[in-house]
Amino acid sequence: MEQPYAIEMLNITKKFPGIVANDNITLQLKKGEIHALLGENGAGKSTLMSVLFGLYQPEEGTIKKDGQVVKIENPNDANDLGIGMVHQHFKLVECFTVLDNIILGVEPNQFGFLKKAEARKKVLELSERYGLRIDPDAKIEDITVGMQQRTEILKMLYRDNEILIFDEPTAVLTPQEINELMQIMRNLAAEGKSILFISHKLAEIMAVADRCSVLRKGKYIGTVNIADTSIPELSAMMVGRNVNFHVEKKEAKPGEVILSVENLTVASDVHKNNAVKNVSLKVHAGEIVCIAGIDGNGQTELVYALTGLKPAISGKITLHGQDITNASIRKRNVLGMSHIPEDRHKHGLVLDYSLENNLVLKRYFEPEFTNKAGMLRQNNIRAYSEKLIEQYDVRSGQGPATIARSMSGGNQQKAIIAREIDTNPELLIAVQPTRGLDVGAIEYIHKQLVAQRDAGKAVLMVSLELDEVMDVPDRILVMHDGEIVGEFDPKKTTEEELGLYMAGAKKDQVKA
Amino acid sequence: MKKNLLKNNIVQSLLTSLICIILGMIVGFIVLLFINPAGAAEAIISIAKNFFCYNSTNMQLKYLGNTLAKTAPLLMCSLSVLFSYKVGLFNIGVAGQYVVGACACLYAALAWHLSWLPCMLLAILAGAVFGAISGALKAYFNVNEVISGIMLNWIGLYGTNMILSNVKEAASPYTYQLSAAGEQAILPTLGLGALFNNNQYVGLALPLSIICAIAIWVILEKTRFGYELKATGYNKNAAKYSGMAEKRNMILTLIIGGALAGLGGSLLYQTGYEQWQCTHSSLPAMGFNGIAAAFLGGLSPIGTIFASFFIQHITAGGTYVDKTMYCSQISDLISAIIVYLCGFVGFFKYAINTHIAKREARKGGNE
Repeated sequence: MEQPYAIEMLNITKKFPGIVANDNITLQLKKGEIHALLGENGAGKSTLMSVLFGLYQPEEGTIKKDGQVVKIENPNDANDLGIGMVHQHFKLVECFTVLDNIILGVEPNQFGFLKKAEARKKVLELSERYGLRIDPDAKIEDITVGMQQRTEILKMLYRDNEILIFDEPTAVLTPQEINELMQIMRNLAAEGKSILFISHKLAEIMAVADRCSVLRKGKYIGTVNIADTSIPELSAMMVGRNVNFHVEKKEAKPGEVILSVENLTVASDVHKNNAVKNVSLKVHAGEIVCIAGIDGNGQTELVYALTGLKPAISGKITLHGQDITNASIRKRNVLGMSHIPEDRHKHGLVLDYSLENNLVLKRYFEPEFTNKAGMLRQNNIRAYSEKLIEQYDVRSGQGPATIARSMSGGNQQKAIIAREIDTNPELLIAVQPTRGLDVGAIEYIHKQLVAQRDAGKAVLMVSLELDEVMDVPDRILVMHDGEIVGEFDPKKTTEEELGLYMAGAKKDQVKA
Repeated sequence: MKKNLLKNNIVQSLLTSLICIILGMIVGFIVLLFINPAGAAEAIISIAKNFFCYNSTNMQLKYLGNTLAKTAPLLMCSLSVLFSYKVGLFNIGVAGQYVVGACACLYAALAWHLSWLPCMLLAILAGAVFGAISGALKAYFNVNEVISGIMLNWIGLYGTNMILSNVKEAASPYTYQLSAAGEQAILPTLGLGALFNNNQYVGLALPLSIICAIAIWVILEKTRFGYELKATGYNKNAAKYSGMAEKRNMILTLIIGGALAGLGGSLLYQTGYEQWQCTHSSLPAMGFNGIAAAFLGGLSPIGTIFASFFIQHITAGGTYVDKTMYCSQISDLISAIIVYLCGFVGFFKYAINTHIAKREARKGGNE
């Protein structure tokens, strides 16, 4: 028997200046199924969802709900049709309770007075029924990310949404929380909800979805039954070629200590507590050390202190034997520290500068680029940037003169990597170097990091992606609540074990 | 082809500035129509004509000279605004820096009888000190430069009134005439005055201000210092990340900005064109007009040369409006409206770019 579709998006085409974001895409979501939507960054997933929520009007195509053609002109229409979404970045009021957030906008009331008891009863019933453990009276700012996500799910259920969309829901979760989420999704589907699961993580799709639709560069590639497919097949559909997910690398040959951190403590900008507490670590020449952890556990502040963006309260940082605890950023750079920053738009680039000006951002003062009178040697800057663009395959519209803002995220990141690696650093600090990049660019960047290691450089990397954490480094340090809570050999550990440490459930005494 | 031309930055700047000027004239005209329809056309024409209102060539030259004499200080003020703006700072304190510059040079000339160069240097120093205060507050205490600038403007104004009261005429609120009491401090005319029907107010100021404009352009576009400053202005965090001394640069920028404005004060008051009125209770418009000139000039040092001349031209033209038909404030009102709309350059640039993007989108959609 043919199952009726809960929602159908038929032959959707949406164009933007210079790009067809969605080219004749068809997505059919059956009732009660978990349907994965797979694609790289820029494949058109977000556009398609924006069309479904009425944020964009497609040039062509129709949307059907239960077989009836519907017109969705704004998010309210989508709500009325029972479509709900858990966004990647939660839309919650931090200082409100869970219950307040759930009823926000649809508060049950009589003559303007809230009837919270009624709402609480419904929320508790729902959370019982779907196995969502929440405390309705806890404030959002006090609860874990996992519970915040369950609050978002309850928001949809409270509104009696039938079609639930999860946009990259696992990006912020620990492995344990991911497993819980998968179970919740299965419960929801069993109760007849239809779920659209947007992701680029193949293992999760294989674990939870019934079917999977794949987009690539705005085009619809196909829909497959998960039971009949495999991870290599899905990845080939997603990127259009076979991708080697495993990073090829030889055994590391760690040499002398390059970076040594002793009892470092760094203040937090948001809390009264310190963000980094008494951290000690060492990075040797010829090895990649990765700091793993859930976002916001002090990794950012640790890197800020190492690179000089933020002062340390106490402790000692030594680079190749020199004390740099209080050295200026310029001094650290000149001594051989390179930094691929976490936020390439905030720190990594001057977006309104040309590519060539960005490529010399850390070297413009050298005699090669500035003469004795303080005038820039623009010919040398041009020649140098052309060399880097060629060598690192940075693609842009107008070569060295391209304004950095107009470049794609992947090429912006390549430009930063070119700049940071070409200074031939002793120590390369790479913070989430592959964030937001597609599979091809990730592969490239991982190769560059390994090449640096093989050239005898020390590499300290910070990552939130478990795949990356397991694959790239020679040594893993897990950070939780400002402390290093565990040290692992990636060959001898599992994602589950790391997850326990990341969540703070386990803790070792780690000596640097 | 036309599309490519519109995308060109220089063409865009010129076009948007022209649109602003025309729009300002039209709005000014409409306001005049509301007040008194009979004289509106004539009034707006006299504003646009400025010195051409005179019939004889000699008189025209003389009054062109007057406009140029006031263009030089305006150009300095607009350079001050522009330079700070490139570093991401909005130097609204330019008015106060200009005033303390005037104060320093007048006092040095009338009380100490110093010659023109030391007077000018003192004016530069006074403006720089005011700029430094704003800069240091911004860099070390994160005090917004707009707030501290506005406060310093008033401190500068009343401080100047107080100090210059020591060198004012007994019977009037004006300072002594420079030609009578401080002739040694009058800027050399370099024979330029002869070109403008012996207008003694035209001299060193004009070429000096143009040289400053060119120097600012060179600093911003060609030097390491300019590279750092612009990087700081575009993205303070990236500047810090790459090891630039962003705090020092911020202070230095406002010091230079203040020095430029202070020099502006000297370039007007050391010609003897005006005496300082010690009962001023509002800041001279010069500094604020500098903001408009910087934007009208497309934030290019060379563009501001022409923009400053235009704004001074309009401001001076305002005085030729027929006062029997309009009240005496009308000249200031109309030139203020025009100057105000001159600030809308950025808005029109944005409009043009969105228009281009839309047109290309439609084209892309059809292909």
